[in-house]
Amino acid sequence: MALPDKDAQAAIAVTRFGLGARPGELEKAKADPRGWLKEQITASGAEQPNPPLPGSAERISAYREYQQDRRAQQQMRAEMESQSQDPQAVQLARLVQAGGLQEELVGKARIAANTQAPFRERWALFFANHFTVSATKGQVVPAVGPFEREAIRPHVFGKFGTMLAASSSHPGMLIYLDQVQSVGPGSLAAQRRRRDAGLNENLAREILELHTVGVGGGYSQADVTEFARAMTGFSVGGPQDGPAQAGKFVFRRQAHEPGPRTIMGKRYADEGSGTVLAILNDLTAHPATAKHLARKIACHFVADNPPPALVAKLESAFTGSGGQLDAVARTLIDADEAWEAAPAKFKTPYELVISGHRALGVAPMRPQQIAQPLNTLGQPAFRAPSPKGWPEEAAAWAAPDAIVKRLAWSEDFAAQVSNGPRPPLQVAKDALGSRLRPETASAIIGAESRTEALTILFMSPEFQRR
Amino acid sequence: MSCSLTLTRRLALAAGVSIAFAGTAARAAAGQKKLVVIIARGGMDGLSVAPPVGDPAYARLRGPIAISAGEALKLDGTFSLHPKLTAIHALAQRGQARIAPAVAIPDNVRSHFEAQDVLESGGSEVYGTSSGWLNRTLTALSASRVEGLSIGAQAPLILRGPVQAGSWSPGRTSRGERLPMILADLYRNDPLLSRALASGLDTEAMAQSAGAGQMMAGRSPQQGPGAVAQAKELGATVARFMTQSGGPQVVAVSIDGWDTHANQGGADGQLANRLAYLDGAVDGLATGLGAEWKDTVVLVVTEFGRTARVNGTRGTDHGTASTALVLGGALKTGGIIGDWPTLAPNRLFESRDLASTLDIRALFKGVLADHMGVERRVLDTAVFPDSGSVAPKMGIA
Repeated sequence: MALPDKDAQAAIAVTRFGLGARPGELEKAKADPRGWLKEQITASGAEQPNPPLPGSAERISAYREYQQDRRAQQQMRAEMESQSQDPQAVQLARLVQAGGLQEELVGKARIAANTQAPFRERWALFFANHFTVSATKGQVVPAVGPFEREAIRPHVFGKFGTMLAASSSHPGMLIYLDQVQSVGPGSLAAQRRRRDAGLNENLAREILELHTVGVGGGYSQADVTEFARAMTGFSVGGPQDGPAQAGKFVFRRQAHEPGPRTIMGKRYADEGSGTVLAILNDLTAHPATAKHLARKIACHFVADNPPPALVAKLESAFTGSGGQLDAVARTLIDADEAWEAAPAKFKTPYELVISGHRALGVAPMRPQQIAQPLNTLGQPAFRAPSPKGWPEEAAAWAAPDAIVKRLAWSEDFAAQVSNGPRPPLQVAKDALGSRLRPETASAIIGAESRTEALTILFMSPEFQRR
Repeated sequence: MSCSLTLTRRLALAAGVSIAFAGTAARAAAGQKKLVVIIARGGMDGLSVAPPVGDPAYARLRGPIAISAGEALKLDGTFSLHPKLTAIHALAQRGQARIAPAVAIPDNVRSHFEAQDVLESGGSEVYGTSSGWLNRTLTALSASRVEGLSIGAQAPLILRGPVQAGSWSPGRTSRGERLPMILADLYRNDPLLSRALASGLDTEAMAQSAGAGQMMAGRSPQQGPGAVAQAKELGATVARFMTQSGGPQVVAVSIDGWDTHANQGGADGQLANRLAYLDGAVDGLATGLGAEWKDTVVLVVTEFGRTARVNGTRGTDHGTASTALVLGGALKTGGIIGDWPTLAPNRLFESRDLASTLDIRALFKGVLADHMGVERRVLDTAVFPDSGSVAPKMGIA
C-alpha cells in the first residue's frame, strides 16, 4: 500500500490523528508526520487543565454542602433568576455551577483548542468517551470533570488495566452507574437494615458490555450477577465517614456479599476489594477485550467500517504488550491502513467546534462560547445520553437537521472571527493543507464577505471530515 | 457492520426527546392513514405502565414500588394504567387505547443497545439488518418521492435506510439563500452531505410554515408541570408537522430516561415523572391532530421490560417482556392484545422476568397490514426479513 506524499501525510496527521491544524502546525508536522505524532506519546499521560481544578473529593463535598445550605441556594437562585425566567433552567444552571461543570468545560476545551499535542488530546478524548460518566444524573455532576482528570488523563499511555481499575473505583463512575447503592443480600448491612437492600447490576454489566470484553464477549446474565456480587462494597465516602474519606472511594466491608465468586468460568476466592481487581485483571487480558478495543480505536481514528488488517494490528499490539496503550498508539501511527488519503470520518460537534477554533488560532474563554454550540449541535458537554457514550458513525451525526444547525453555527462563528489578520484563503490553507480542494478554494475566493468565506470553509466537505 | 457494533442509541436531544419523520408524497396505498411510533429508550417498565393489580403475585413481587388498585386507573379485572397516564386512560375509555401487556423483541438480549438494534431494525436477531423497519415500510408504501426530517441531532435507526428520512430540531437556522446554493455546489459529489442539506432546508421551510418554531429550544425539565407542558408542546409540534399539506404520515419519536435501576418510585417518583411526560406528549399529539386523529395509530414500545421483582435499590433491572401501548382514533375496540402469562412463579422467564407471549414484530406487522395496507408478502420479506412464521396480529385497527 503506497502512502500519500509528505504534504498529504501532514494534512492527515493534523486533521485525522489531531484536532485540526492551528496556524503553523502543518509546517511542524511536515518533515516527519509519523515522528510528530509519536513525540506526543508521553508516559505522564494527557494534559491537565491550567489553572488546576479541584479534585473529586473536594467537588463532591462542596456539592453536598451546597445542597444542604439553603442560604447559598437562595443566593445562587437569585443570581440566576436575574438572567433567566425559566425556573427549571435556573435549577439546572445552579446545579451545574455548584458542581463546577462550567470551569471544567472551559479547562478541557482550552486544552483541545491550544494544545501543541493534538494527537495526545484526541487519544484522551477517545478514552474519556469509552469510559463515559455523564452529568445526566444530578448526583454525578460534581464528579464528571474530576473523573476525566483523575481516572482517564493520567493513564492514557499506560496500561489499559490501570485505567480500568481507576475508572471502576472512581466516585464518578460509582455514582453514575449506581454502584454506591448496591448491597450484598447476604451482607451484614443487609441483615441489619429493616428495609430491603440488595444488588444493583448496572456497573458490573457495563464494565463487561462496554468497557472490556464487549457484547458477545462470552459472558452470561449469571456472570453479570456474580460480578455485581463481587463489586458490592465499592462505594463513595459520605460526611459520616469523616473528612479523610468523604467524597473518595471506600470499600464498605459490611455491604460486601461474602463468599467466592465464579465469573466466566473462573473461581475467585473472596478477598474483598482484591477480588474485583483480580477480575478486572482477567478481563483486561481476555482476548475479547483486545478485539473490542482494537475495533473501537480503528473506528474512531480511521473509518466507521475500518480495514480488518488495521484492527488485527491493533489487537495484536494490545495483546502483545499486555494492554500497554502507548504501544497500541504507536502501532496505529505505523499502520499504513490509517493513512488512506480519503477522509472517512465525519466530525462530531465537539470536533467541529474545536477544529474551528484551532483553524483561527483562538480558544474559548467563557463556558457559553462552547456550551451553547454544543447544545445546539446535539452534543451537550459532559451529558452523553448513555453509558455507551457518544456515537462514532457518520449516520448518527449527519442527519439533515444537524447539517442545517452546523451551517447556522458556522455563520455565527465565522462572523465572530472574521476580523483576524489572515485572509480566509490563507486560513483554509493553514487548516487543511493539501486536503483543501480547488473547488472549495475558489468558492472561498468568490465569497462576498470574509464571514461568508469562512462559513464556506467550515461547511466544506473536507473540513466536516477528517 | 457498524462501527460501534450496534447502530442504535438513546438519543440526545436535551432531556432525551427526539423525533424523526418521513412522509410519502404518493398515498395510494395508505390513504391519509398516519402512524406514530414512540420509542421509550432505556427499558420501560411495563409492569408500571399497566400494573396488573389483579394478578395475585404482583404486589408481593413489587413490594415498595407496587401501585395499589386504589391509586391505579382501572382498565379491566386484571389491568390498570399508571395513575399519571390520565390522558391515555381517557382515550381507553373511548376505545382509543389498548395494551399489549407481554410483548418482546425476538432476540433475548438484555443490553439496551443490542435490544434497541433489534427493536428498530426489525430483524430476528442482533445485527440482522442495518436499516430500520419504518424506513423499509416507506419504501413498501410508495415508489415515489419520500420526504424526511428529524427533531434532534441524531437519526434513529428505525428510520435509517435507503429512503432519506428528514430531521428537525428547534433553534435558529441559516437566514440567507446564497450559502445553501454555494454549498449545494460544493456537495455535488458528496451524497451524504448533499442529501442531508437539501432535506434539512426543505424541512426547515415546512417547520416555519407549520409554526413549529414555537416549540421551546433547550433542555426539557425532567419533572413537574413544566415538563408536562413541554411534553404537550412536543406532541402538538409533531401534530403540526403531520397536518401540513405534504407533511409526514409516518413519525418516530424517542423519549428516553426509562432505565430505572434505583429509586424507581411508584405512583409518584422518577418513573412516574417520565410517564407523566409520555402522557403529555400523547395528549398534545391527539389534541393537535384534531379531526385526523381518527386516521391515526400510535405505538409506544420499548426495547425490553424490567425484572418482575423489585431489586435491592428500589428499582428494577433489565428484563424481557414489557407493555406496549396501542393508541389512536383508528383503533378497533377490544381487550388486551396478546395473552397474559401471569406473574406466577412458575411462569416467570428465567425465574426473574415477565415472559413474552407476543413477538413485537407481530404487533408491528398487524398494524402495518390493517392500518397502512402493507401486503403480507412484503411484511414477511422486506419490512421484517424472514418473518413469515410470525403472523401479523390482526384486528387492532
